[in-house]
Amino acid sequence: MFEGRGIACERGERRVFSNLDFSLAPGQAVVLRGPNGCGKTSLLRIVATLLRAVDGQLIWDGVDISEDVEEHRARLHFIGHQDAVKGALTVRENVAIWAQVRGETNDRIDAALSAFEISHLADTPAQYLSAGQHRRTALARLVASSAALWLLDEPTVSLDADGTKCLQRVIADHRAARGMVMAATHIELGLDDAELLEMKPR
Amino acid sequence: MSMHYFANPTRFTRLAGRIQPWAGGLSAVLLAVGLYLALVAAPADYQQGDTVRIMFVHVPSAWMAMFCYSFLAVASAVALIWKHPLADLAAKASAPIGAGFTFLALVTGSLWGKPMWGTWWVWDARLTSVLILLFLYLGYMALWQAIEDSQKAAKAAAVLALVGAVNVPIIKFSVDWWNTLHQPASVLRMDGPAIHPSMLWPLLIMALAFQAYFVALLLARIRMELNLRRIRALRLAERAS
Amino acid sequence: MKRLIAVTTRDLRLAVRQGGATFLALVFFVLTVTLFPLGIGPEPTVLARVAPGVLWVAALLAAMLSLDRLFQADFEDGSLEQLALSGLPMGGMVFAKIVAHWLTTGLPLLLASPILAVLLNMNEEGFAALMLTMLIGTPALSLIGAIGAALTLTVRRGGVLLSLLVLPLYIPVLIFGVSAIDAAVHGLNAKPHLLLLGALTLACLPLCPWAASAAVKLSLE
Repeated sequence: MFEGRGIACERGERRVFSNLDFSLAPGQAVVLRGPNGCGKTSLLRIVATLLRAVDGQLIWDGVDISEDVEEHRARLHFIGHQDAVKGALTVRENVAIWAQVRGETNDRIDAALSAFEISHLADTPAQYLSAGQHRRTALARLVASSAALWLLDEPTVSLDADGTKCLQRVIADHRAARGMVMAATHIELGLDDAELLEMKPR
Repeated sequence: MSMHYFANPTRFTRLAGRIQPWAGGLSAVLLAVGLYLALVAAPADYQQGDTVRIMFVHVPSAWMAMFCYSFLAVASAVALIWKHPLADLAAKASAPIGAGFTFLALVTGSLWGKPMWGTWWVWDARLTSVLILLFLYLGYMALWQAIEDSQKAAKAAAVLALVGAVNVPIIKFSVDWWNTLHQPASVLRMDGPAIHPSMLWPLLIMALAFQAYFVALLLARIRMELNLRRIRALRLAERAS
Repeated sequence: MKRLIAVTTRDLRLAVRQGGATFLALVFFVLTVTLFPLGIGPEPTVLARVAPGVLWVAALLAAMLSLDRLFQADFEDGSLEQLALSGLPMGGMVFAKIVAHWLTTGLPLLLASPILAVLLNMNEEGFAALMLTMLIGTPALSLIGAIGAALTLTVRRGGVLLSLLVLPLYIPVLIFGVSAIDAAVHGLNAKPHLLLLGALTLACLPLCPWAASAAVKLSLE
């Protein structure tokens, strides 16, 4: 069980949102909705511990995450606006290196590549990829990691219909394995049963 | 009274508004007295003649250069550790003042050096350290300028100030070390022989005048920063409505 | 530990793949040193006299110019935030990157310096001291530089600012490095200088990654 209680966020001396609550049970998904500037990205970055909330708590199984930030980071995987894909490395290396850095086993990398239908590009340097293939490479890391909590910030940007379908399948599998998902998206990701978190601009 | 009592900007502005004229006035009076004692009343040095009078500006500014950097570092530490909202502003406000004193110390040191050493600049350990201190001030101020988000700038500058503060003694030591290896030909220490009371008094009064000037200017600059911040907040509110 | 090594090898692999750009620091080092005889004349005794200082100043500048590679590219393409979220302690992650930076800049400078010392006609007694000071001192350049590189991450075109922040902090390394070589050249004991330089690097070892990781955290907010 993962909960946020009374989260408040400030950006550049401006209060973006305050007193925001959410909760996520294993297998559950939360979709963030709201117009530009309402703080969807900020909330995801707060949950990822990249940004400090000015108020409120994040609680994982009853324990405040600030007690061990590294442990919390190890159990989440954040997909932001940037792909973190290096042109000088092949697609497989781009995925495998993160598995190594995160201390994961390498055995899921092939599965990850095929989940996003980029197995045939495994040995291609990423500088030759299209924007959509770049994105698929970044998303393949989700499958290669054993993180329980996926934080997705507009994950479908530059994906085609096929790519979006791959992502839907992957998310469904993750949730079936009791994983949690928190996503900011304006595209249906097969998350009809997800909890909606409406965020209003202030 | 908690430390956050004066963190309230309106309370601070009121208090600062009351102290500032007194500090300014005190500084003006002390400066007048100090300059009279230093330039008229104090005897000329038997060796250095009238040029010794430069000391009454040079030495207090060198002290203030060090004092301002210590102040800057302490304010930065308070800002980072206790997140005291005024500490950031105090650190930011003190930097240009400190840089000004540092510059004054360098210029007067150089002016003093001409009659003493026969050249405008000597790579003396003290002058070199003060020059490096000026670079540290400039770096600190430039970092504030360069980062747009003022909250980020405040934290980054605070980290830099602390790194600098750890380094100042190391740099000072290394420059002294370097200087003993390359001893300049004519060694006429700036501090000279034991100081006579007729010189000590004007020196101390000048130091106090500079200190009062620092307080007055610091308060004025913090109030200015607070007003700038209010203007920004109003602009943001305007945009939102 | 294995994961920290993975960070270092990742940076090394990227440096090797990007090839040319990586070793530009070395080219810069060689070029700067070459300028000095052209500037001050080819007189061998004069060159021998200034050689330790010239080598160290050039090494300082070369190390400084390569600092933007440390975090900037990773910051821009999002890799730095992924590294921050890898669950590794931030200080350790930053340290692993500093090690990679030293291996790709400090080490080549160290290896090139004796050849350049020959070109500058440096006294033979100074060579061992030169190599030793480079070995002990260049890690401090990468360590201290990391703080400046991290602080200027969010600054557009932060190159000049970076030099203003970092060069004053490099001064003790320069002084102890050069004085050790000078001592050796003049047949004096270089050990106290080397010990001071070593103490400086050892002090940087825990402090700099810590300060740099605080600055990296800031830039990701």
